[in-house]
Amino acid sequence: MAGAADALAIEAHGVTKSFGRVAALAGVGLSVARHSRVAIVGPSGGGKTTILRIVAGLLDPDAGLVRVAEATSAPQRLARCALMPQRDLLLPWRTALDNAAIALENQGLSRAEARDRTRPLFERFGLASFEKARPGELSGGMRQRVSFLRTLMADKDVLLLDEPFGALDSITRAQMQEWLLKAMDAVPRTVLLVTHDVEEALLLSRRVVVLSQRPGRVVAVLDADHRGGRSRREVVTSPEFVTLKEQALEALGS
Amino acid sequence: MSDVMRPAVDERAEIPEPAPSGPAGAHRVRSRVSRYGPPVLLILGGIGLWELIVRLAHVPEYLFPAPSEIAADMKTDWPVLEPALLVTLREIVLGFAIAAAAGVGLAVLLHLFPVVRRAVYPLLIGSQTVPIIVLAPILVILLGYGILPKLVIVALICFFPIVVNGIDGLRSVDGELITMMRTLDASRWAILRRVEFPAALPSIFSGMRIAATFASIGAVFGEWSGSNQGLGYVMLAATPNLLTTRIFAAIVCLTAIALVLFGAVSLLERIFVPWAPRGYR
Repeated sequence: MAGAADALAIEAHGVTKSFGRVAALAGVGLSVARHSRVAIVGPSGGGKTTILRIVAGLLDPDAGLVRVAEATSAPQRLARCALMPQRDLLLPWRTALDNAAIALENQGLSRAEARDRTRPLFERFGLASFEKARPGELSGGMRQRVSFLRTLMADKDVLLLDEPFGALDSITRAQMQEWLLKAMDAVPRTVLLVTHDVEEALLLSRRVVVLSQRPGRVVAVLDADHRGGRSRREVVTSPEFVTLKEQALEALGS
Repeated sequence: MSDVMRPAVDERAEIPEPAPSGPAGAHRVRSRVSRYGPPVLLILGGIGLWELIVRLAHVPEYLFPAPSEIAADMKTDWPVLEPALLVTLREIVLGFAIAAAAGVGLAVLLHLFPVVRRAVYPLLIGSQTVPIIVLAPILVILLGYGILPKLVIVALICFFPIVVNGIDGLRSVDGELITMMRTLDASRWAILRRVEFPAALPSIFSGMRIAATFASIGAVFGEWSGSNQGLGYVMLAATPNLLTTRIFAAIVCLTAIALVLFGAVSLLERIFVPWAPRGYR
């Protein structure tokens, strides 16, 4: 059982998908090792979200193969992945805590049990004292934290993050990137995230897959394991980082 | 590690602070006046004008009574009006409750089973082309002179706006919310209960508010078709005796019932839908 394939959490070969006459993906291949972090970066409208939805089991590819752990069928993939959507999509009729706990309720726990299990993570992820706040009372950054926590609480091995901070201003975004890195270090999961921001991709992951314009193909794979305990600013201004960023931008053709 | 995870700045969006007394209290009074002032003035002005015209033109009371005469009659006729009011109130409230339960239930059912919806929805719309009040005599023949035919008519009138608003509300839920729930292990039932139904509540309450204003029509027509009690019966009995003022007094009572029902629905909405945007009530 200890074959090389078993260490892969996500595997995709020749994934092709069109919507009507619009070709979104043209033969995308991907492999993500268990408990590693991979970012897909690509231009807007380049089929990034489509990849996530296919991996998540919300869509099936027209051609090609997708595997999440040992699961190949869409319902099985859906059972193994948790997807954090682009918009936070918090439910206004639930408090922040109840929003984060909703997956546990869906899995059959009572509301009280779901709350009890979620509460400790609220403190740990910088949301203490916001348990009873309604989503409308939270700032954009706080809402994304609750949304991430909700995804995490589903207790899936694979987390799919779709432009997690796309809607935030650049200062909040930088803070949230730091926060997410620490959160991901604290709870080991396989993470596949997509973004159109090269810097974000390089910062948040150890491997960056660069996607072309639509129809999306993989044009470069960059290893970006360069953090080593340095602060965000140190990393972003380091020569290795700048070189990687240039490589990524060149691959993107800009 | 818990410390490093805390946000560097308090990112909580500004929450309006509770209004302190003093100048802010005065501000609240002013905003109440600007909200309720215009309609109250309009109503008082209308009543005053009515009183003035009736008095200046010497309109006889049996033709068109002045507001003051109606008010005086409500006092003297209260022993007649009160039991009638209670009867009609019961018909309206029970009929409305039946319509609310059946309407929401059917909306959920049609939402869950699209095939059933496609089959039933046209019939539902078609049924509204039958003026329901003309069914009143038939129902009296079928069900007798008791409360039952009135309940059926009130419920039939209230049912439609609740069902249609309910279905629309359930259908208008953001599809991404449902996708989000699917990735979080939600069953069909969990999606209905935790997303679709709460999202449809404002719409359902809109339907109920419309229904609340229709309910009294059903009760009165039911009573007119066959009864020996209720406000509709009081009006019917007063007509040949030219007790016009009593008819008006009964109308005032009916209006009061409708307003109270409308207010009760709005209050329930505030309790059950505290997240809804305010401003239309």
